Amino acid sequence: MARIIVVTSGKGGVGKTTTSAAIAMGLAKRGHKTAVIDFDVGLRNLDLIMGCERRVVYDFINVINGEASLNQALIRDKHCDQLYILPASQTRDKDALTQEGVGKVLEELSKDFQYVVCDSPAGIERGAHLAMYFADDAFVVTNPEVSSVRDSDRMLGLLSSKSRRAERNEEPIKEYLLLSRYAPDRVKLGDMLSVDDVQDILSLHLLGVIPESKSVLTASNSGVPVILDEKSDAGQAYGDIVARYLGEDRPHRFIDEKKGLFAKLFGG
Amino acid sequence: MPTDAQNTPHHAPALEFKSSTFSVPVLVLSSDDFVTIGQQLQKKIQLAPDFFKNSPVVFDVQWLNKHNLAIDITTLVAIIHKAGLLPIGIRGGNDLQNKQALALRIPIYSIHNSLSAEPKKAEAAPQAVAAPNTPTTLINHPVRSGQRLYADGDLIILAQVSAGAEIMAEGNIHVYGSLRGRALAGVQGDTSARIFCFDLGAELLSIAGNYKISEDMRGVARNKPVQVYLQEHALIIKELT
Ligand SMILES: Nc1ncnc2c1ncn2[C@@H]1O[C@H](COP(=O)(O)OP(=O)(O)OP(=O)(O)O)[C@@H](O)[C@H]1O
Ligand SMILES: [Mg+2]
Repeated sequence: MARIIVVTSGKGGVGKTTTSAAIAMGLAKRGHKTAVIDFDVGLRNLDLIMGCERRVVYDFINVINGEASLNQALIRDKHCDQLYILPASQTRDKDALTQEGVGKVLEELSKDFQYVVCDSPAGIERGAHLAMYFADDAFVVTNPEVSSVRDSDRMLGLLSSKSRRAERNEEPIKEYLLLSRYAPDRVKLGDMLSVDDVQDILSLHLLGVIPESKSVLTASNSGVPVILDEKSDAGQAYGDIVARYLGEDRPHRFIDEKKGLFAKLFGG
Repeated sequence: MPTDAQNTPHHAPALEFKSSTFSVPVLVLSSDDFVTIGQQLQKKIQLAPDFFKNSPVVFDVQWLNKHNLAIDITTLVAIIHKAGLLPIGIRGGNDLQNKQALALRIPIYSIHNSLSAEPKKAEAAPQAVAAPNTPTTLINHPVRSGQRLYADGDLIILAQVSAGAEIMAEGNIHVYGSLRGRALAGVQGDTSARIFCFDLGAELLSIAGNYKISEDMRGVARNKPVQVYLQEHALIIKELT
């Protein structure tokens, strides 16, 4: 049985797709057979970030509609043979996603994958609802600003009341906070909420802080999940997150301001 | 030749009457002035617009009739509709009012059938003495933005109530965490209801319809444990020490 992870946020543009690509790669690299699904029907972003956009033949909707088998639609990642991508359709609209259809696809994937990562679209509409409905774990991606935190809170309410686990009165979805695009110097200036502020508002288990980093854009431009850039701060942050998710105890990093060379040399 | 009956094996019944109990708000009227009623209704509804939207309601005109204020039911129903509520019953009406209600297909409820009406009379049978048993609702997870909770007795929350969340109880409210959303106690008019919380940051506090919004609470015990109660129609927020 696969563990189904939804990467969600409510608010758009906070780093869900970046995170989905990174953690799916991280889990696969550690030898867990992983599938990552793009639920953002109509936009299709994940395949670009995974660098497989030219190999898309069939998509998630084709599988739901029975126009292609899951095996035909799944794209094997070029960096890691334990990782598969199920792309979204660019041509259909969101109504093509049905609860029954999504349920069937996830059930079939569960038979041979260990993790299924669902990249949710923004908002709280159908696509976002179906992405989280079947989840076991939720990675709630939040930026350190008030509107993003509020949207995450809203999403957490939906996770605890509108998911399959909630409807069946099963053990609730495990919720984790991923604080992304964190810039300690801006926190210090008071432009951004701090880790403590966000945790105080959401009271949620912090899985990791991902710093604001140029490496994210570089990675997505080259179609390689940032976690593979092991020298980058964001890559390391995602590495830590995967490790913590799998039960390793790692101290949090990227929360404090980077010391400049001057400060480092003179102990400022 | 197949008949319809053969399509329904064993003549399985297509329907069944069952008895259920519902908790429905009762609108008790104490004025026959339609303008005042309309205004005050709007004001109450604005406290919890989502909760009241399309909510069923029974209206009670007993007090009016006792004071010889026979209100016109057709107009009253129109006002209730306009407020976005769905009237599903009249209580305490006179013959004419009951006829008017029936003409609008609104059923008549008897005062004597309802548990929460007037204090029990001495001659009441012993089994009728028991007050409606309103259990305490216990919530042990956070109430998040966009979520709404309603309890018909006391409400105890062992976690936080986020900004943008709304909790309502006919009785008291206890929040053993941060209260940052809206909390409304005594929503059916119980002026003795209280709100207790561990860390006050509420957007709105209300007891039996008397409310304060966060702007009115500036400087008062923010982020402190408090209790909130009514004293002569004034909402008092007092630090727990
Ligand atoms: N840690 C980061 N540092 C810098 N830029 C980042 C970081 N994370 C994400 N970004 C940038 O933010 C933008 C949005 O990221 P992404 O597409 O992952 O967000 P999303 O939540 O999936 O958006 P949508 O809601 O549109 O699906 C991208 O341009 C991405 O490069
Ligand atoms: Mg995305």
